[in-house]
Amino acid sequence: MKRSELMQQGRQWIRSPFARALLALICIAILGVIFNADGAFYKWSTHRDMFRQISVFGILACGLTVVIIAGGIDLSVGSLVGLNAVLFSMLTIHCGWPAAAAIAACLLAGTAAGVSSGGLVAKFRLQPFIATLAMMVFARGLAKWISGGQKVSSAVQQADGAYSYVETPAIFNALNARIWHDNVAVVSVVFLVCLAVTALILARLRWGRYVYAIGGNEEAARLSGVPVKATQLLAYGLCGLFSAVAGLCQAAQELQGDPEAGVSYELTAIAIVVMGGTSLAGGRGGVGLTLLGALTIGYLEKILSINAVGEAARLMLTGTIIVVAVIFQKGAKR
Amino acid sequence: MRGIGKSFAGVRVLDDVQLTLYAGETHILAGENGAGKSTLIKILAGIYTEFTGEISFNGRPVRFKNPQAASALGIRVIHQELSLVREMSVLDNLFLGRELCRYSMLRRKTQREQAAALLQRLGLDLDLQRTAGSYPLGLQQMIEIAKALLGDAVVLILDEPTSALTGIEAEKLFAFMAALKERGCALIYISHKMEEIYRLADRITVLRDGRWIGSERADALPRAEMIRWMVGRELTGHFPARPALVPGAPALLRVTGFSVADPAGKRDFAVRDLSLEVRRGEIVGLAGLQGAGNSELLLGLFGAYPGGVRGLMEVEGKRLTPGSPAMAIAAGLALVTNDRKQTGLIADHSIRWNLTLAALRRLSPAGWLRPRRERACAADYLERLAIRAASSDQPVATLSGGNQQKVVLSKWLATQPRVLLLDEPTRGVDIGAKHEIYELMNQWTAQGLGILLITSEMPELLALSDRILVMHGGRVTAELSRRTATPEGIMRAAMGEEAAA
Repeated sequence: MKRSELMQQGRQWIRSPFARALLALICIAILGVIFNADGAFYKWSTHRDMFRQISVFGILACGLTVVIIAGGIDLSVGSLVGLNAVLFSMLTIHCGWPAAAAIAACLLAGTAAGVSSGGLVAKFRLQPFIATLAMMVFARGLAKWISGGQKVSSAVQQADGAYSYVETPAIFNALNARIWHDNVAVVSVVFLVCLAVTALILARLRWGRYVYAIGGNEEAARLSGVPVKATQLLAYGLCGLFSAVAGLCQAAQELQGDPEAGVSYELTAIAIVVMGGTSLAGGRGGVGLTLLGALTIGYLEKILSINAVGEAARLMLTGTIIVVAVIFQKGAKR
Repeated sequence: MRGIGKSFAGVRVLDDVQLTLYAGETHILAGENGAGKSTLIKILAGIYTEFTGEISFNGRPVRFKNPQAASALGIRVIHQELSLVREMSVLDNLFLGRELCRYSMLRRKTQREQAAALLQRLGLDLDLQRTAGSYPLGLQQMIEIAKALLGDAVVLILDEPTSALTGIEAEKLFAFMAALKERGCALIYISHKMEEIYRLADRITVLRDGRWIGSERADALPRAEMIRWMVGRELTGHFPARPALVPGAPALLRVTGFSVADPAGKRDFAVRDLSLEVRRGEIVGLAGLQGAGNSELLLGLFGAYPGGVRGLMEVEGKRLTPGSPAMAIAAGLALVTNDRKQTGLIADHSIRWNLTLAALRRLSPAGWLRPRRERACAADYLERLAIRAASSDQPVATLSGGNQQKVVLSKWLATQPRVLLLDEPTRGVDIGAKHEIYELMNQWTAQGLGILLITSEMPELLALSDRILVMHGGRVTAELSRRTATPEGIMRAAMGEEAAA
């Protein structure tokens, strides 16, 4: 291959969303090296904790990637985290269900919620923003209703008002543990599994291609025989399923089911997807990009926190950096 | 207007066109689809500001910077599509964009008085406070006209205003127009309906392929002559010869009593009670001017309007209820739509993804994508249709129009169809690619496919079709064989005259 051809290929690669997302991540990493907080950035535990902290958001971002590629948006994922955290805690702690049954019930509930949003979009042709906004409000209300507005934990209130403590079910500790000689958090493994499942669907299944097609041009897809409505149900259903998974992880990490859990998580998850370079216009992107986006946002937060930047400055900096990164990403060509 | 020329992206759509308009006359602007009528009036109305040539108004040269400037001189347009805001009141619609204000406050009382006076003059009994959308379409059209007449209109341009009107509503409109003429207003009227043209016209100007053909008093221009003006071009362009049909070839597609509800909701039906047959190896041409319903017919057959169609349909002798495009594809139909950007291709996606989308069920039978099979399929069609692309991973948007169209055709061939429904398959395609597409159509019919073809290019229609059905107002007004078809005969039928063919 000639040198000029190599150069041209290189230029094309630099313009690809993947390269841009990778560059953004590298920039953040360099920031970390500069502001290394007396070497804290070089410790393995910093990276391990960063990955654990971003995992719940990353799981949500996996589902959102699918919905966003399909040309939609799902605002309800944060509320579904709260709902499933509560549901899971109630089933395991109060009702004494075995872990497997409780997990299955939660996954079912999350999927059902996602499919409902998808149904509103596909059948009644509601705008995704409106349909999932309604689901966001509804699910939050449901979480508060079934929990009575209380955190569901191992401190169980008795009829006389006194608290008695039950043992925390083993599943909570299992999900909250670290494996592989204490090197990787279980929730991070769950995140990686979700990534792999999403990648499999998007890149290897016919349904995945349909997701890209309806996001790219819904009418052209419909006239090509793509089952548009079923694909929408699938995308939102998957997003709901992953929200339930995130809810379980959230409950395990907090050792309780907080009906307020997951508030505004949808915004961080959307930021991760967009930071990766998946277009909000639909039809383009991928879950590999979402992993890069998750790492970028995760490191950004971690660097700010190890440098003890105050919350006010942290939020402002995060907002600014997201805007800069997305403008950078907008120049990308596929 | 003299020496008017206009280009879009290097393509000349108007060349040295002239139009003279006198006070108190109705001037008909006639021509086929794409002759340049709409472009001409958009220049006159100040919508297109980049053009060559000159416009003079009352003897003074003018050049409008925007539609407001034209409107201020009294040049008003009523476009084909209604531009009312349905949710707003009749009064607010009338004054939209020209609200009467004092110190930024609406002068509602003055507005009401002026509007009431206008409606009275037009003989319209409307409630100014009711929302415009609550009136039937005919009255909405009247409101649109009233809006154009607010303030003093000197030139009123009507672009196919009756396409959405019932007979009675149209009569009312014509009465209006007569009254306006009395008051010295000049009218430009675009129509595809022969009856209307000769009823209303004082003078007629005909455009063809963006050129001025002639202007003549209506009583000095017989219908046959006008039609010759509209279609009478040399049959240029080299078309490959059509092989003779095999006699007694079996019908691939048979449609009886087929109706399609109007998807725009303007009329009851876009296609009404239509029957046709496409035989093995045959190209059936569907002619018709704008609004004839031929595109809706193809979409209806293809299952794009589930629930909106009635009638019987058979593909290779098997009943098919057009419930969805997927069902139509499974039955052996393929539809190339007339707008590859909006409904044909996914511009962001690669050639390969576009090419395999419709055939994905066949290429990935178990639901797992088979990249190697996809690649082979794409490579096969890139070669067979001579699509010039570096690789099938290239985004389809980077291809030329002709190559994009060949990707669309490949996408449908990959579904292994029996009947191709082609809606303007050579639109926006260069001459070379056009010729290749003609050759391909001959090849496909030789292989036993049937083709139902819509094209608004007369030479193409005549050269490619074995049989021609002419549609007008959702019905077939003529069926012509290859031998009996003439441009004049097709145009007559397309304008609503029942042909004795």
